[in-house]
Amino acid sequence: MSPSNPAASLLAVAGLHKSFGANQVLKGIDFTVHAGEVVALIGPSGSGKTTALRCLNGLEIPDAGTVAFAGGPEVSFSAGFKPKKAQILRQRSAMVFQGHHLFPHLSVLQNVTVGPLEVQKRPRAEVMEQATALLARVGLADKAQAYPNSLSGGQQQRVGIVRALMLKPDLLLFDEPTSALDPELVGEVLVVIKELAQEGWSMVLVTHELAFARDVADTVVFMDGGVVVETGPASQVLAAPQNPRTQAFVQRLLHPF
Amino acid sequence: MDSNWQLFLDSLWPLAQAAITASIPLAVISFAIGLAVALLMALMRISGSRVLSSIARVYISIIRGTPLLVQLFVIFYGMPSLGLTIDPWPSAIIVFSLNTGGYCAEILRAAILSVPAGQWEAGYTVGMSRTRTLYRIILPQAARVAVPPLSNSFISLVKDTSLASIILVGEMFRKAQEITAVTFEFMLLYCTAAGIYWVICLLLSALQNSLEGRLEKYVAK
Ligand SMILES: Nc1ncnc2c1ncn2[C@@H]1O[C@H](COP(=O)(O)OP(=O)(O)O)[C@@H](O)[C@H]1O
Ligand SMILES: [Mg+2]
Repeated sequence: MSPSNPAASLLAVAGLHKSFGANQVLKGIDFTVHAGEVVALIGPSGSGKTTALRCLNGLEIPDAGTVAFAGGPEVSFSAGFKPKKAQILRQRSAMVFQGHHLFPHLSVLQNVTVGPLEVQKRPRAEVMEQATALLARVGLADKAQAYPNSLSGGQQQRVGIVRALMLKPDLLLFDEPTSALDPELVGEVLVVIKELAQEGWSMVLVTHELAFARDVADTVVFMDGGVVVETGPASQVLAAPQNPRTQAFVQRLLHPF
Repeated sequence: MDSNWQLFLDSLWPLAQAAITASIPLAVISFAIGLAVALLMALMRISGSRVLSSIARVYISIIRGTPLLVQLFVIFYGMPSLGLTIDPWPSAIIVFSLNTGGYCAEILRAAILSVPAGQWEAGYTVGMSRTRTLYRIILPQAARVAVPPLSNSFISLVKDTSLASIILVGEMFRKAQEITAVTFEFMLLYCTAAGIYWVICLLLSALQNSLEGRLEKYVAK
């Protein structure tokens, strides 16, 4: 939510390791998200961005490392970690998936209220009011009763964002929220994310849209080969990267031809 | 010919009555219990626990690898020699339920696995537990996939209840046999019974179609 103390650290990630069989995907990831900060996680395909993001939400259980939200217990991962214990991470963050993963059997309104009503058990009137306001905000007031299948990709992803916002998380997690969309639908989703950033939401955003990252992100974390290669203010890392790997990656994305 | 027509008319109601009061209730009750067993077995199969999964696999294998008629005999005629006598009706319900459980477990397992993994994760990310995600998110979507094969299983079960005649359950086929014992009109009575089974199955197929239509919106795209 809106930060009271912009300097306070909201999330601290340290030493995340994760392997899938023999494939060592995360080899010790560290980064911090301050309250109100927008962190863009960039890097080549297969560098482990999605895996790192999923670890923050307990959707993937790291082999080692710690994830700690301000005011919450530090979750320390090791062999034999009980996945159930990662559930407390989900009370602090909410994920917007690349492929939206809306619930096809529920209406738009039910999609965004099922968590607040059935899990958080918040009062119905308050939840409905919040849902109506948020759907109106992303331009979907008239779609509340529609089913996800009848929406365009851009509309579906906006519902996905509202579903995450409805949970009132401290941190929003976006995994390439526009990369599954037709090019003409990308803008409508980025606009929403940018507004949220300006409102002071804290977020970690995995993206290939470097121009967008430069526009909305405070900090850029560049990952390659399962490690964080470079971290710094967005303007600096994207305009004048220090590390040769970052330089090559940024060059390639900004000037593909 | 006249007397045959008269016998047909006279036997129609007793047979239909036996279908309504015995065959159909036997099928419905057994199917309901069987579905619960099937869901349990399906969940054990996908639980990730090797022990639970193996138990379910052996159960399913035994049920599917042995004739229904033999299962009925084991429970009704076999159990008394172990000191456990079970009445015809309970015997039939036990056997048909366990049988349905074995056959439908694989249907439910496949249907649950057909729901994309992203749906589980979306459930988790809105804060749901595994159990809540299962019944609130996954099963409604799995239902659409499972309805056609489950309907086929139910229709088979309705017909299979005729086997319960052999363990003295007064369902429709036994009623037909009772009437033939007096009239000796085997062809007429058995064909009448067959006709009633057929009509029931046609009705169930129609019901299946409308159910599938109503679940259509549950399909993920
Ligand atoms: N569930 C999984 N099982 C096995 N390998 C996986 C799984 N998820 C990701 N990987 C592997 O981890 C590596 C990093 O993937 P990912 O985190 O998706 O990278 P990125 O999002 O940066 O493209 C890839 O080699 C991928 O094949
Ligand atoms: Mg990815």
